[in-house]
Amino acid sequence: MSLEKFMNQAVSSWMSSEGPDSDIVLSSRIRLARNIKQVNFPTIFSNEEAKSVIETIKERITKSTFGKFGDLELLLMDELQPLQKRVLMEKHLISPHLAENASYGACLLTENEEVSIMINEEDHIRIQCLFPGFQLLESLRVAFEIDDWLEEEIDYAFDEKVGYLTSCPTNVGTGLRASVMMHLPGLVLTQQMNRIIPAINQLGLVVRGIYGEGSEALGNIFQVSNQITLGKSEEDIAEDLISVVSQLISQERSAREALAKTSNIQLEDRVYRSFGTLSNCRVIETKEAARCLSDVRLGIDMNYIQGISKNILNELMVLTQPGFLQQYAGGPLRPFERDIRRASLIRERLKMEDQELGG
Amino acid sequence: MICQECNQRPATLHFTKIMNGEKAEFHLCDKCAQEHGDMFMLSSGSGFSINNLLAGLFNIEPSYQGANEAALDQQSNVLQCEQCSMTFQQFVKVGKFGCAHCYSAFREQLKPIVKRLHSGNWTHNGKVPARIGGSIHLRKKIEELKTNLKELIAKEEFEKAAETRDEIRKLEKEMNGHQEGGE
Repeated sequence: MSLEKFMNQAVSSWMSSEGPDSDIVLSSRIRLARNIKQVNFPTIFSNEEAKSVIETIKERITKSTFGKFGDLELLLMDELQPLQKRVLMEKHLISPHLAENASYGACLLTENEEVSIMINEEDHIRIQCLFPGFQLLESLRVAFEIDDWLEEEIDYAFDEKVGYLTSCPTNVGTGLRASVMMHLPGLVLTQQMNRIIPAINQLGLVVRGIYGEGSEALGNIFQVSNQITLGKSEEDIAEDLISVVSQLISQERSAREALAKTSNIQLEDRVYRSFGTLSNCRVIETKEAARCLSDVRLGIDMNYIQGISKNILNELMVLTQPGFLQQYAGGPLRPFERDIRRASLIRERLKMEDQELGG
Repeated sequence: MICQECNQRPATLHFTKIMNGEKAEFHLCDKCAQEHGDMFMLSSGSGFSINNLLAGLFNIEPSYQGANEAALDQQSNVLQCEQCSMTFQQFVKVGKFGCAHCYSAFREQLKPIVKRLHSGNWTHNGKVPARIGGSIHLRKKIEELKTNLKELIAKEEFEKAAETRDEIRKLEKEMNGHQEGGE
């Protein structure tokens, strides 16, 4: 398969399109956790109950479609190859838990992959909306629409006092997790992140690496999300996150300005060295690739490098993950083989930019 | 912040241990936390999921320690959800409920935990399902108006207050109709 064709199939909307403030905010995500009344939670449910959840959802989607996004495709985890699941996970469309451990796990996907509904994950239903750039409220609005549409036919487990009941008490109430993925090389280079992360934690928000809980901040990409789900309305939770993210954006911008003023030539050097590495490498590990991609993206944003599309970071951060590389290669690869594949994929991708420029 | 154990990876787990009145801070990455978990008296094995931390909340709670431990054991042995038969002890261990009814079954024990997780909150203030939520919507609206009314009276804006009072009456009537209709 040619890289171009592979990419057309591989790239979801959130990786390729540009949204508001997309020089810093890569994507905005909303997740709503819901459970079906009278059915035990996935923590302990029987296989029959698990199947009944899938049947309920199937019934719902055959009854009427959710017009706006076209047909939803139902993917059953048991019918997918491990590699296919891994790819969905790397695209942030399903969680590692759904891919690996869930019994009778499934997922509903829209064509543009902006909406995915996980079934039988930690909760029966997890609605997820992933939008490019900084569009948290937009994303919340769509999640609500889907929630209402599901609720037309499905009875949710809901308590008047504590709200939507979830299998883990950390999600009870709104069941909402709002998160924003940010590229913050300026704050990392000026060593401000160490100071900022604890401050954000004190506001009831969490900062994590790109692949969720416990993952490190590869390529200076951070995920900021709410921790508290009970007591505040969904809009207030989103607004609180938005105000913190807006502050981070302006701090990142001033850090970049300061860097340009104080160490222009060093920064340009760093950017072009990384660009050189990516265009010429023959073997490259995930970590180094992530670091160089971050540098190049910073270089594009700060106008050191011209003529390369901005979404190269979003795309290649995902496409150079082990699952994608193996899918592109058409079979399993050993780690060293992956590093070779990764290098050639990145070189090819950068060549595509050159061709586009020429033509 | 860099992990204090390996000095390589960024620290993702931060915690303060207070033992015999002595305070010590730890900053670890996920990997080191898993490897050296027992050294810091943290549960090892499946890593640091929120569940472990949740289970940990019980040990921090002073009233659950020492003298009360036996009482808690006894109490939670009997405490069981009649719907899915999960016991409270099982919940503490896994950190996840078996079914929606567990929330009612463990309500009293749960309240302090949920409050701690959600910075003191115990009342949902967000979205309510449209279909089952009819009377809930009304009740919330009425509560809102009543607070408004108090403010208006305090500000001596009696004309507006009268309007609000009428609106409350109308909604209350509507709600009574709702309940009768529902039964």
